[in-house]
Amino acid sequence: MSERPKAAGPFEALRGWLSARQGAAHAPGWGLSVAVLLALIALPVAAVLVIAATPANNDWPHLASSVLPHALRQTLLLGLGAGLLTLATGTATAWLVTMYRFPGRVLLDRLLVLPLAIPTYIAAYSYSELLDYAGPVQTTLRGLFGWTTVHDYWFPSIRSLGGAVFVMSAVLYPYVYLAARASFVQQSVCALEVARTLGRTPMGTFWAVALPLSRPALAAGVALVVMETLNDLGAVQHLGVETLSASIYATWLQRSNLGGAAQIATVILGLIVLLFAAERFARGGAKVHHTTGRYRAIPFQDIEGWRGYAAAALCALPFVAGFVLPFLLLAKFALTHISVAIEGGFLRAAWNSIFLATAAAAAATALALVFTYAPRVAASGLTRFARRAAGFGYALPGTVLAIGVLVPLAAFDNFVDGWARSVLGISTGLILSGSIAALVYAYVIRFLAVALGGIEAGLERISHNLDAAARALGETAMSALWRVHLPLLAPSLGVAALLVFVDALKELPATLLLRPFNFETLATHVYAFAALEQIESGALGALTIVLAGLVPLILLHRAIAGGRAGGSGD
Amino acid sequence: MPHALHLRGAIAALAVPVLALAATLLPSVAAHAEGEVNIYSYREPGLIDPILKQFSKETGIKVNVIYSKDGLIERMSAEGANSPADLLLTPESGLLIQAKAAGVTQALNSKTLEDAVPASLRDPEDHWFALTRRARVVYASKDRVAQNAITYEELADPKWKGKICIRSGQHTYNIALIASMIAHLGEEKAEAWLIGLRDNLARKPAGGDREGVRDVQAGLCDLAVGNTYYMAAMLKNPEQKVWADSVKMLFPNAADRGTHINISGAALAAHAPHRDNAAKLMEFFVSHEAQEIYAEANGEYPVIASAKPSELVKSWGELKADPILLSDLAALRKKASELVDKVRFDAGPSS
Repeated sequence: MSERPKAAGPFEALRGWLSARQGAAHAPGWGLSVAVLLALIALPVAAVLVIAATPANNDWPHLASSVLPHALRQTLLLGLGAGLLTLATGTATAWLVTMYRFPGRVLLDRLLVLPLAIPTYIAAYSYSELLDYAGPVQTTLRGLFGWTTVHDYWFPSIRSLGGAVFVMSAVLYPYVYLAARASFVQQSVCALEVARTLGRTPMGTFWAVALPLSRPALAAGVALVVMETLNDLGAVQHLGVETLSASIYATWLQRSNLGGAAQIATVILGLIVLLFAAERFARGGAKVHHTTGRYRAIPFQDIEGWRGYAAAALCALPFVAGFVLPFLLLAKFALTHISVAIEGGFLRAAWNSIFLATAAAAAATALALVFTYAPRVAASGLTRFARRAAGFGYALPGTVLAIGVLVPLAAFDNFVDGWARSVLGISTGLILSGSIAALVYAYVIRFLAVALGGIEAGLERISHNLDAAARALGETAMSALWRVHLPLLAPSLGVAALLVFVDALKELPATLLLRPFNFETLATHVYAFAALEQIESGALGALTIVLAGLVPLILLHRAIAGGRAGGSGD
Repeated sequence: MPHALHLRGAIAALAVPVLALAATLLPSVAAHAEGEVNIYSYREPGLIDPILKQFSKETGIKVNVIYSKDGLIERMSAEGANSPADLLLTPESGLLIQAKAAGVTQALNSKTLEDAVPASLRDPEDHWFALTRRARVVYASKDRVAQNAITYEELADPKWKGKICIRSGQHTYNIALIASMIAHLGEEKAEAWLIGLRDNLARKPAGGDREGVRDVQAGLCDLAVGNTYYMAAMLKNPEQKVWADSVKMLFPNAADRGTHINISGAALAAHAPHRDNAAKLMEFFVSHEAQEIYAEANGEYPVIASAKPSELVKSWGELKADPILLSDLAALRKKASELVDKVRFDAGPSS
């Protein structure tokens, strides 16, 4: 390793340059880089905290007496319900698909990730269309049984806490499925077989070995679900669930108290920080990577007969609920209203969406890699704190985060403008605010958590023995990252980038507020119709979001199933 | 190392759009050229688009729009003197008053505007002007509701128990209506009214105004509270026409103080870089021509005396508007919003 290979291409050149910059065995630059990046990431969150410190008036007596008692309860129950339901759904389906062979398994494995392409607000809309009193389901039932009024029968209301838990879980469980699947696939069969030899049943192996080994990954997946549930407004508003984020809007818009709204957002943020801390505390200092490097193809167990079909049905259920039903409804509307949508110029919107989502995915993945790798090679309070703090932008509702982005960027622009006016006599105007750069910045902050969770879980599964070996053989922290960790992490990085891509494609509230003039993405295009209460006319745009999300989701499957040193999961 | 190869391929694939992005990232400086006007709009662009197109056609001035459902006033505040915004458009009065209070608007002294827009429909200092009016009415089932007149007060009458549909109490249209009830009845009676209305609901307040009408048609409720122009929109929609056809429009309190109305409006931005063009557009908005477009295309009520509502809108009956000042309503919004929380209106009927 004493001789560096000649730079043959741009990547080798980059690698050589990066390696040369990291001469020392210990990497002193990591702490500084992490501090600078964290400051950039935390700036908008800090801006929200500053806004929270200066409310227009004190709304807390009102909130405490009339809002918090039930809003807090509904918020916690929604987060808890969606967290548990997605944990059960995602883990069970991932385990079945990874360890057993049953009819339709290969196809279902691909299909199970697709609900992620459906935005929560679209799912909420679709389900209320289907299940409301006026919808086809209840209308059919009334026709069948001769009921005439609402008092003749009981039907569970989709516009309820339970309905919201169901709708959110139906489209968010793939976060857990993906995390669990990647984790199960990457586990050494040897570790599982040892458990079997030691007398564990297959289910016992699952509980005693596979689940604990996957815990960080599952926690990361569930954390994403919970954060997305708590920051959601579109879906809960449509379903009439009075969560804290609904209170944020009432406080801000109807009571003209942005500061008060930011305070409630801070409370949500605090809840999520507590949740994370609790999970980490419960996990303790346990190291969960296995130490063997031996991988073999997974020896599938066959499930035969009716039980095989039952397993297939079990795995098909979440896919049908989270994808097929909303998709069919959108397709029906899109066909009816196709002319309206074509006029709306959504090709431009589609290009803008794909462009922004790609940029956000690349940037968020790179940043997440820095934040997760730094504590490994430059362990310090700072790097460990940064890894945990960098993802909290996801916990803020999109619009609140957008205001947080707006304030520092505009302050920076106005500062530069003032300086240029006084020194150079020219006006630079607004440089960053209202630019595409501001949008990418907001997306990265918002979705960094999505990239962080997966990459961290992937990195944790790489034994520190490998780091030690690489360093003993003369690699620097940077070159080891490039030559050892990156190849092993490729599936995790791919998953992270694709997840951010799909999420960025769906992003609405921050895009609406931060965008430049005359700038549409698919999501804003759809929203323009939704705001007119004719989302059917935007159905084609919504379908395009879904379809554009499908391509990366299918790639995602390849990244995961191929993420196994001892051969694919297929 | 096959994985390393995959990864490099992926990075190479990513590099292209990222470099393309880097090339276009910064030159985002908003339209500053002459012959343009920049709008920040809380109003759905589809509704104003025909008018903006007509304006561009007649004047050659290009109109740039950013539409967002919230945060635009905050964006203007943050951008300060460098804000590119010329006009702020809103679908209701509360935001206009909030914008003025935030200091992001300025007076637009124009004889044309003062002559066209009645004093009750503009800011006393001419910071903002109403562009259209809409009434918040009751849609009643043609089959199941015999009466042809109603009051807002009556919506709390137990005879309607389980028969009314409405959207979220925290929605801005309902907040304005509740604020008007506080203004007319006083806080105590308004609270009792809101509780009565809540207990008459057929379902949790959610969805939009059109869904209320849909639910009347389906038989879930007999009355739905909604804005007038949705009727025009539903009639144009092949799936929703049957909803619209199942209801009649009742103008509440037509016999006494008049029906609650709200406005859509526009304000001149404090640092408008294209002040003259903005003034031209504002004057165009209240021109006979644009007011007729609003009336015909959107089914809204014009604000100027010379423009008449469309034949369709006239067919709904005479609108007698509640004369209360918009600024008085704005002052009561906070109280209205707190009341909605206090009686847990959005949780739906208590029994």
